[in-house]
Formats: sequence, C-alpha cells, structure tokens
Amino acid sequence: MNTLELGKPNQDVVAEILSRVARQDPDIVVVTGDSRGSAKMTGFGKEFPDKLVEVGIAEQNLVGIAAGLASTGKKVFAFSPACFLTARSLEQIKNDVAYSDQPVRLVGISAGVSYGALGGTHHSLHDLAALQAINNIDIVVPADNFETAQAILQAVDYGRPIYLRFGKRPVYHLHGPSTPFKIGNAIPIREGRDVTFIAMGETVAPAVLASYLLEENGISCGVVSFHTLRPFDKGTLFEVAASSRALITVEEHSVYGGLGSTVAAILMEAGLFRPFKRVGIPDEYIVTGSQEEIFNHYGITPGGLAQTALALLEASHQTFLYVPERLDEQLRPDAPSD
Amino acid sequence: MSELSSLIHDLELKSVRYRKSILSMIKHANSGHTGGSLSCIDILNVLYNHVLNVDPNSPSDPDRDRYIHSKGHSVEALYVVLADRGFLPAEEIYTFEQYGSRLIGHPTRKVPGIEQNTGALGHGLSVAVGMALAAKKDQRNYRVFTLLGDGELTEGSVWEACMSASHYQLDNLVVIVDRNGLQITGPTEEVMRLEPLEEKFRAFGLAVRSVDGNSIPQLLQVFEQIPFEKGKPSLILAFTVKGKGVSFMESNALWHHRVPNDQEYEQAVEELEQVETQLSGTRLR
Ligand SMILES: Cc1ncc(C[n+]2csc(CCOP(=O)(O)OP(=O)(O)O)c2C)c(N)n1
Ligand SMILES: [Mg+2]
Repeated sequence: MNTLELGKPNQDVVAEILSRVARQDPDIVVVTGDSRGSAKMTGFGKEFPDKLVEVGIAEQNLVGIAAGLASTGKKVFAFSPACFLTARSLEQIKNDVAYSDQPVRLVGISAGVSYGALGGTHHSLHDLAALQAINNIDIVVPADNFETAQAILQAVDYGRPIYLRFGKRPVYHLHGPSTPFKIGNAIPIREGRDVTFIAMGETVAPAVLASYLLEENGISCGVVSFHTLRPFDKGTLFEVAASSRALITVEEHSVYGGLGSTVAAILMEAGLFRPFKRVGIPDEYIVTGSQEEIFNHYGITPGGLAQTALALLEASHQTFLYVPERLDEQLRPDAPSD
Repeated sequence: MSELSSLIHDLELKSVRYRKSILSMIKHANSGHTGGSLSCIDILNVLYNHVLNVDPNSPSDPDRDRYIHSKGHSVEALYVVLADRGFLPAEEIYTFEQYGSRLIGHPTRKVPGIEQNTGALGHGLSVAVGMALAAKKDQRNYRVFTLLGDGELTEGSVWEACMSASHYQLDNLVVIVDRNGLQITGPTEEVMRLEPLEEKFRAFGLAVRSVDGNSIPQLLQVFEQIPFEKGKPSLILAFTVKGKGVSFMESNALWHHRVPNDQEYEQAVEELEQVETQLSGTRLR
C-alpha cells in the first residue's frame, strides 16, 4: 500500500505536451543550444523543423534570441541545462527577459544534481536563489508527471517570464488526474499534526515515503508539494504551519536562497515560530556520485528524512516544550491519555 | 630505428594503450564521454609526453607549462595521461565517477596536475589568456596550452578571449582545437556553421596551422614550430576523428556520451589490441 508508482522522467512529459500543443498552436517556438537530445526534443525537431531554433552551444545567445522571438508574440520555450541557463545567461535572463518583461518560458533541464558525478560545473544548486533575487520571473519546480504536464500547459499561455525546472530521472506519481493544479498554488498531499515536509521537485517523493515510515511509527506527518517558489503561496504555508507542530523543507538546491530559507523568512516575519529544519545541499564541495548517491549522502531519502523528522521532534521537546502525542506518552508515562 | 621514429613508435603505442584505458574507465564507471576522449587522446599524449614542461614531483613549480582542458567533458583522456605520467596512482582511474572519488566527470583541481576546473564550455581560453598574460608580466618563460572542442567554439566567450590573446600579443599561448566535426546534436556545420574557421581565427589575430590531430608525427612537428609567429598566439586546428580507433564509434555523434555494452566493449578492445600487437611487433623487429 504505502508505495509509489514510478512514472517517466518529467522531461519526457515536457516534450510530449509541447509536441501535442504545437500541433494546434502555431505560435509555439522551441529554442535549443545543442541540448535537444537531453531535453528529449529531438522528436519535436523532426516533427516541426520550422518551430525549433538551434543556436549551438551558446546559452547567452539562446536567451537573447528567445527574448527577441517572444517580443513578437511567439510562445517561446528555451531549453538548456539548468546549470548553464541560469548561470551563463543570467544577465540575459535578468535584462532581456525579466527586466524587459519578455514572456519567455525558460526550461532548465537536468536540474539540481541530475548530472550526478559530472560535478560542480553541472550542478544547478544556485538557480532558485539567483532567480529569486531577480524581479519579474516566476519559478516552478514540478514534482511528478502530472504537475509537469499541467505546468507546461499553463505555461503555454503564461503572459510573464517564467522558469520551469526539471530533472532527468523517472519520477514517482504523486497525484491523481483530477488534482487541482495551478502555478502558484502549493498542493498539500498529506496532512500531519506532528510534522510536515514542505518539499519541491524530485524531493517530494522521498518526503512522501518518509511520511509513511513516520506514520508507521505513530508520528502524524504531512507533505506539501511546493511546486511554485514564485509567486509564493503564503496561504498554504500558513495553513500548514497552523496545523502542524514542526516543519521541514526539502529541496534539491542549496539550503541558501531556495525553498527552505524562503519559507523560514516568511514564517519568521509572520511570527510563526515552529521547530524547523532545512534539508537540501549544504555549503560545501559536493560529494562525487550519482544523483541517488548524492541524495543519500545528504539525507534526502525516505529513511534520512524520517530520521531528520524524529531528531527535530525530539530536539523540539527540549526547546519548544511540546512533543507529538506518541513521543509524549513515551517520555512522560504519567501523561493523561484520551 | 632513428631517434624520431622510435619516439613516434613509442607514442603511437602509448596512444593505443591510452585508448584502451579510456574505454575501460568508461565501461567501469558506466558513464563517460567516449567520442571526444578518443579524438583528443593523441594530442594529450604528445603534449604530456613530449611537449609540456611539467613534473609530477613538483606540480606547482611556478615555471611549469600550463595546460587547460577546456573541453572538460573529455576528462577520461586527461586522467589516463596524468595517471601514466605519475600525477596520480594508476589504479585510481577506476574510481572514476564513483561515490566519494576525487575523479569527477570533469577536470578538477583536487586532482594533481589539473590547473583549472572545467566542464562548462567556453571558459578555458580566457583562463589560459590570464595565465599567459601573467607569464609576460612576470617575465617567466612558461607556455600555456589549452584544448577546445569545435562545438565549443560557438560560445561567444571564446572569441572574446581570442581578441584579448592577440591584443596582448601572447605568443606564449597555444590554442588547440579538436576539429572532429561533431558535437552532441550532430555535425558542427549543421548545428551552427563554423566555417570558414581558419579565416575567422586569422581575422582575430591568431597564427593558424592545420594538422591531422590523430597523427603523432604531424603533432610532433607542429609543436616544434610554436610560436608560429612572434607576437601572436598560436592556434592549431587539429583535424581529428571523433571516436578515433574504434571502427563503429568513428565519426558517429551517438558516441559522444554513449557507454559501450559488453559486446561493443569486447569488440572495441579487440580492435585496439590488434593495433597494439602490430605496433609491439614492429618494435621487436
Ligand atoms: C556551457 C556549456 N554548455 C553546454 C554543455 C553541454 N555539452 C557538453 S559536451 C557538448 C558538446 C561539445 O562538442 P565539442 O566542443 O565539439 O566537443 P567534442 O566533439 O570534442 O566532444 C555540450 C553541448 C557544456 N558542457 N557547457
Ligand atoms: Mg566536436
């Protein structure tokens, strides 16, 4: 019962949806920089040779050209590995897209540590932080195939600059087909009184599996897929903070400047002080390994996250003077039972 | 055998063995950039075994020649040659891309002998210009070498760096282009036209020579001639074959980052061992 079913890589879904949309919508244009293979857009290029603009290995040029194309009303999806797209062409994103308000859909592929052992040049653990500091660009990190399909469909007619971030690996299904999805609205997947994981992208699935483990141990654990970092869904965050005693953010990004530090700042400003922990990639030279090994190393696994939750709840017993019910009983045998 | 022909022979034998090591590393890691490592290995072979003034016992000698592997994805070729030159233990190459290893899938300065972390294309030449400029300012005689992919040349930063290299008359700088004609998507001329390439580099103020970049004799000869012109950076347009040395990998864009399956691996090793046997045979005669 408590398992998840494996789907496809989100990037496959992006390509399928865009091909489907392009059959109806004459304004779709895709821009690639020797990246169509990794973006799974080779088929798109064959079906619509006129709708795919290849610029070669030239990410700055890619974003500038995308901005120019978008200025004429074309619906431009610009694909490049997230690491290069949001570092190499950051100034083009800042000035030519965001500041000039050209509604380009920037698609960062193989994001986070998808490239695994290829190392620091290929990790994008900075992209959310960099883009959050730039005005006028929305940021979406879909978790599963459903969120991906919905996000791309909504991006087609999105009138603002937007960055969509995807990984390489097959991902687990998290939602049924009738789940409401809207860019900007986080999706609570499970409710939990003791602790809630606020996760995004490929870290949502391990958070859900961790919540099953915790549940088996009597801890009530919630999970939210916080797929949109901007516009930030304060409403859902506050609801979760009101109903859950402790909060843990999980992201495939530096713990600085991404989901975790944003959630922390918003909670603090709202006066909502909760036992809190950021899980993500720490400020260090990243260990060599596959994405899975890196996740494992930094505790972004069902077991690792469950342990983090237990440790947070235990520590909060000392500092916050309250504990989840079951621990409560263990720690204070004389506690009244209901 | 004359001294030269024995040198050529030794290096050719090394190249075959390096190719085998590259493939075995990639097979072992189940990951890697196969085609581009095989296309540039002869260049690295000649550089590290004949041209560069580098010493594994003093890797930070201020007067050492510098080499920057700007096409960082072909790191297997670099690790194999550095291991052979004694910069790292020979067995270490089998930790390539493994959990906790320092041998990540792109050059890193955590590995002795590597001057600069690369992997994002279009960075190496600017850094090389900086190193060469420092040599001029400090009146040191070291030279700076860098290897670029041809697909990499579409990064605008490459041309910014060319301009500054010639502006500062960096004749201590040697730029090598691995002109294998392919990038990930396919032929460079279809993805984004580069030609006329020699003319472009000349127009940017570099002195250009073209060679067969998989020919040890031609490489030895061209490196004898640097600097090609006083006061100008030298550019070697090295025409190579991507996947060189393994029949079914040659000139096939698919092999950019494909890992051979067991059968392909066996066949590749067999082909290389045939050449190796031939070469070792001529040695004995
Ligand atoms: C800035 C940047 N953009 C994209 C990539 C992804 N990438 C890795 S290798 C490669 C193709 C390189 O082609 P080329 O320079 O011709 O190398 P070679 O044929 O020698 O392997 C690309 C696009 C990268 N490493 N860096
Ligand atoms: Mg090439």
